[in-house]
Amino acid sequence: MNYKRLTILCGHYGSGKTNIAVNMAFDLASQRDHVAIADLDIVNPYFRSKDSEDEFKEKGIRLICSDFASSNVDLPSMPADLYSITDDKTMSVIMDIGGDDRGAYALGRLRDAIRIENDYEMLMVVNKFRPLTPDAESTIEVMREIEAACGIPFTGIINNSNLAVETSADDVLSSVKYAEEVASLANLPLVLTTVEDHLYDDLKDKISPLFRLKLQKKPI
Amino acid sequence: MADKILMKGNEAIAAAAIKAGCLHYFGYPITPQTEIAAYMAKVMPKVGGTFLQAESEIAAINMVYGVASAGKRVMTSSSSPGVSLKGEGLSYLAGSDLPSLIVNVQRGGPGLGGIQPSQSDYFQSTRGGGHGDYHMIVLAPASVQEMAELTVKGFELADTYRMTAMILADGTMGQMMEPVSIDDLEIKPAPEKPWATTGTKMEREHNIVNSLSLVPEELEELNFKRYDRYKVIEENETMYEEYKVDDADIVIAAFGIAARVSKNAVDEARKLGIKVGLIRPITLWPFPKAPFKKAAEHAKAFISVELNMGQMIEDVQLATESKCPVTLCNRAGGMIPDPEQVLNAIKEVNGGIK
Repeated sequence: MNYKRLTILCGHYGSGKTNIAVNMAFDLASQRDHVAIADLDIVNPYFRSKDSEDEFKEKGIRLICSDFASSNVDLPSMPADLYSITDDKTMSVIMDIGGDDRGAYALGRLRDAIRIENDYEMLMVVNKFRPLTPDAESTIEVMREIEAACGIPFTGIINNSNLAVETSADDVLSSVKYAEEVASLANLPLVLTTVEDHLYDDLKDKISPLFRLKLQKKPI
Repeated sequence: MADKILMKGNEAIAAAAIKAGCLHYFGYPITPQTEIAAYMAKVMPKVGGTFLQAESEIAAINMVYGVASAGKRVMTSSSSPGVSLKGEGLSYLAGSDLPSLIVNVQRGGPGLGGIQPSQSDYFQSTRGGGHGDYHMIVLAPASVQEMAELTVKGFELADTYRMTAMILADGTMGQMMEPVSIDDLEIKPAPEKPWATTGTKMEREHNIVNSLSLVPEELEELNFKRYDRYKVIEENETMYEEYKVDDADIVIAAFGIAARVSKNAVDEARKLGIKVGLIRPITLWPFPKAPFKKAAEHAKAFISVELNMGQMIEDVQLATESKCPVTLCNRAGGMIPDPEQVLNAIKEVNGGIK
């Protein structure tokens, strides 16, 4: 994938933003120096980018994240070095935003700086198997709520349709039509479809572009 | 079969409740069950239902009392500290013989505790929660699909027996995501509720919903009648799952997430030639005594695997009539035992048998 300086991942709660953010940070770090991942989730105290802290350290990726993330202190807060995301223009950042409009409010704080610099992708992560976004219309509704909350319009769609451990190649294949409908209705490009590592070979000739999720946080 | 969707356990409870005809939800946010309220807030307005974020857990449970009195399906949800706050309301619901569904997605305690999963409200749930002589039907799901199915079952049982049913889940069950089918849930029509306070239309006597009884003879009679009903429930409504129990020398008792962990340990122990089985109570009240009593005829030892300091173990000892030793294998405070810990407990007990 070709990255802008800022790659912002938003979407419906539980759509898979964090998993993609972590994988994108690794991908980006393989292309560029000075890469950071920003965990700006103010909604969910569990399943955070910070859970992959050790892997980030290993790959030299900077983690911008509240001290309270994954600490069991259920305190929605922003990291102290939040503004380095917009101030340090030499840094490429993957931004993992909390779910729904509630999560996107946190992003609104950076709106003006992001829009003035204008070197960003604002990507909507969608999963057709989630209960409140089963079709294009309902997904667009969530999109509009997020845009209204953060004040930044989307620039593309990421199809992350999956059924967790039960995901089959057919599930992913059948989801592309849905994602294309979302993209078409929103008048935005479908930037990529994601797929778990073990399904990549099955689908690499059938879906393009296909993004391989190498690191998958396993459930307990 | 209908298409599967990917849901958190908490969302599955909310979706199943609406599917079961529950159009009234009152709650107050607390981790790790907040997704129930969040789902209700999004969906209830679209289906013509009521979502209300109450000013407190106490207010929410009293709103439940109100809707239940009017004969409608109603629920509230919380996590451990919030359920303690609901204790008074639970007792009043029992004293007034009102059906309702209460969800407790447990977190570590006591006190404010932490936000990691726990099963330490077993005593609170199975022995009451509030004051007085009463029981709740307590259902313990072990998958996201079961979160949905037992929610439907909970409403049915609550209506049938005019009492509170509780979903006793743990934080893991609430937060984990699994494929689930909501469309396939079978919904039976709710029974008539001729006792509900829906207005007399000048055609009948007033219905009275009340838990105050100042004449002790009458209050005693009410308690006797309630316990007659509990007896029927104990005889007809116990639910459990058995796994490789038939020839087992060692039988594990575990519910919810502990049962999933234990199942893996059972399989590993079987590979080593140790005959182990698992009884997973699905109803914690009424406790499934019969399969434990039967297993005690051939088993030499029991292990109770719990995310607490040992609460269900007492029911296992009672159900097996202390015919053989019952050992505790546990973690507490929000920690989860892993299959290795359970396997080690099995090996240790197995060594003791030989």
